[in-house]
Amino acid sequence: MQEITKLVHKYLRHDKKFPHVWCPGCGNGIVLGALIRAIDRLGSSKDEVVLVSGIGCSGRLPVYVDFNTLHTTHGRALTFATGIKLAKPALNVIVVMGDGDATAIGGNHFIHAARRNLDLTAIIINNSIYGMTGGQYSPTTPYGSRATTAPYRNIEHAFSIAELAVTAGAVFVGRGTVYHARLLDQLIEKAIMKRGFGVVEVISHCHTQYGRRNEMGNAVAMMRWQKERGVRIEQAATMSKEELEDKFTVGVLVDRELPIYTDEYDMVRAAAKGKADAELAKHGGQDAVDE
Amino acid sequence: MPRERKSQARLVQGNEAIVEGALAAGCRFFAGYPITPASEVSEILAYRLPQVGGTFIQMEDEIASLGAVIGASLAGAKSMTATSGPGFSLMQENLGFACVAEVPCVIVNVMRGGPSTGLPTNPSQGDVMQSRWGTHGDHPIIVLAPCSVRDSFDITVKAFNFSERYRTPVIVLTDEVVAHTREKVVLPDPDQIEVLDRIKPTMPPEWYIPYEDTSRGVPPMGIFGDGYRYHVTGLIHDVRGFPTARADEIEPFLNRLFRKISQNFHAIQLVEHYLTEDVEILVIAYGSVARSAKRAVIDARSRGIKAGLLQLITLWPFPRQHVEPLLRRVRVALVPEMNMGQVSREVKRVNEGATRVTTLNRIDGRMITPRQIYERLIRES
Repeated sequence: MQEITKLVHKYLRHDKKFPHVWCPGCGNGIVLGALIRAIDRLGSSKDEVVLVSGIGCSGRLPVYVDFNTLHTTHGRALTFATGIKLAKPALNVIVVMGDGDATAIGGNHFIHAARRNLDLTAIIINNSIYGMTGGQYSPTTPYGSRATTAPYRNIEHAFSIAELAVTAGAVFVGRGTVYHARLLDQLIEKAIMKRGFGVVEVISHCHTQYGRRNEMGNAVAMMRWQKERGVRIEQAATMSKEELEDKFTVGVLVDRELPIYTDEYDMVRAAAKGKADAELAKHGGQDAVDE
Repeated sequence: MPRERKSQARLVQGNEAIVEGALAAGCRFFAGYPITPASEVSEILAYRLPQVGGTFIQMEDEIASLGAVIGASLAGAKSMTATSGPGFSLMQENLGFACVAEVPCVIVNVMRGGPSTGLPTNPSQGDVMQSRWGTHGDHPIIVLAPCSVRDSFDITVKAFNFSERYRTPVIVLTDEVVAHTREKVVLPDPDQIEVLDRIKPTMPPEWYIPYEDTSRGVPPMGIFGDGYRYHVTGLIHDVRGFPTARADEIEPFLNRLFRKISQNFHAIQLVEHYLTEDVEILVIAYGSVARSAKRAVIDARSRGIKAGLLQLITLWPFPRQHVEPLLRRVRVALVPEMNMGQVSREVKRVNEGATRVTTLNRIDGRMITPRQIYERLIRES
């Protein structure tokens, strides 16, 4: 335990005024811990890492850690990350978002970032609710549950974020929970290591805004729910449809190879340069001499 | 070997001149979304940027475009986007972010007729107030308006210089007439252009306080990956970049944002005088209308009317220091514009009863002709 604490302290910002903004029992700290452990294992220097976030409880995550950190506008984190990666491809750009952030207001950016396949890592903390603004329903709020903006019941159907990422073209997609802590460490590490657009959906809980309204108990009870419902993909393959009802799978959904955007663009640059040189040789005889 | 073309007379389109100006100023990143009448900027940069080792990307919308531009700027690239009315509306959100996080970037808005989808292929000057106040919250902004193809080149270079020097987004507010006009111009040699870069920190990283006030009001800008790790946020932040709700930190921060622009009004507020020494009837115009106005002034002078033109290049911050003294000594000031009166409101505000301010407004999607202005000058004389 002491070792782990020491490790986390190595990456926290000591000039930042703590405490953090998250409620006691929140899953965000577990995700941050997993992220720090993954970065430490991979041996990236602090200067190489850029941690980008959107708006909401997850949006506050970068401010606590000693990397290049960027807290962007709501839903737009991936667009900022795209610019950073293209301008400086050597940087290790990691984006943290919430479920509303990534799939409601940022849904379009999310699918297009996956389609483009830049070498980015997207971690989406899915707690099924807009927590910071007070418990309004999000695109992942389950059908039939309650939220401050669904006081009778939610009549919309939830997105499956990980499956959406697979369909949109992400080369690595994993789903974990804040309960399955070891698995989460592995998934985040794999997603960062993977060249291309890697996504980790982290099923988390908001006992303050979601659990309370839906009689799911405190943080511990909600993590128990994750333990009981989260089934390893390998294990799910051996289970019947009935057994899998009310369950969700955790593990690696996809791990594949597709061309990386920056590699492709390097080829575009080479072609453009070739064309420019040819133009200069053809038309710019005098130019070439003068310059 | 430098790729920039030699200075010689060429037939150039306004949007193309913006591209040439951007490249000459050192722009190496562009993100945009197709929109008429700004698409040529994207198309030409898609061709040219990879030739100079830069990056072009077409994003999924204009919100994403400005997001990517801000990200690239934080990673050290001089960055730009180009759009028109509907796209400019979408950019307002991240424009505010660039203001508050002090990220240099250039946004070209080729004005077309509005509101909404409006008149995609017709000129307008309807976005003057939007460019000033479009993003929420109180903020300063720099907006420059070119009036010709050559102007488009020069002003784009200036826009980059201002954005880098003052760490602020700068809007190049051009219009469909200027953007799509082709004319013979001589573009300057790249080595004869003044190009300014952002000030970067030179102290040891542990001494770097990213949003510390300086005498210039503009703190040096750390670049992601250069060893100066700090926090960038759209929240109001303290000198270290961390979110704050303390009154004694909020006010100094916002004051500095304004001060870094206001203490440099003399450098930022650009105007052109034409025959204003003995002027009695003053025309105040900008963009393509300024060219019509110049012709009208020449014609009026040939009839013995003491007409003159003050062309506004900087629209925001409004160049009051240049406008006010002229208003004090003219008989009448005419403000022609392709809207219902946006700059004329400002002229009236600074006029404070000094003279008579009259307007000439055209909103039918056609440009204001020299004849229209000339006829008004005759009538006012």
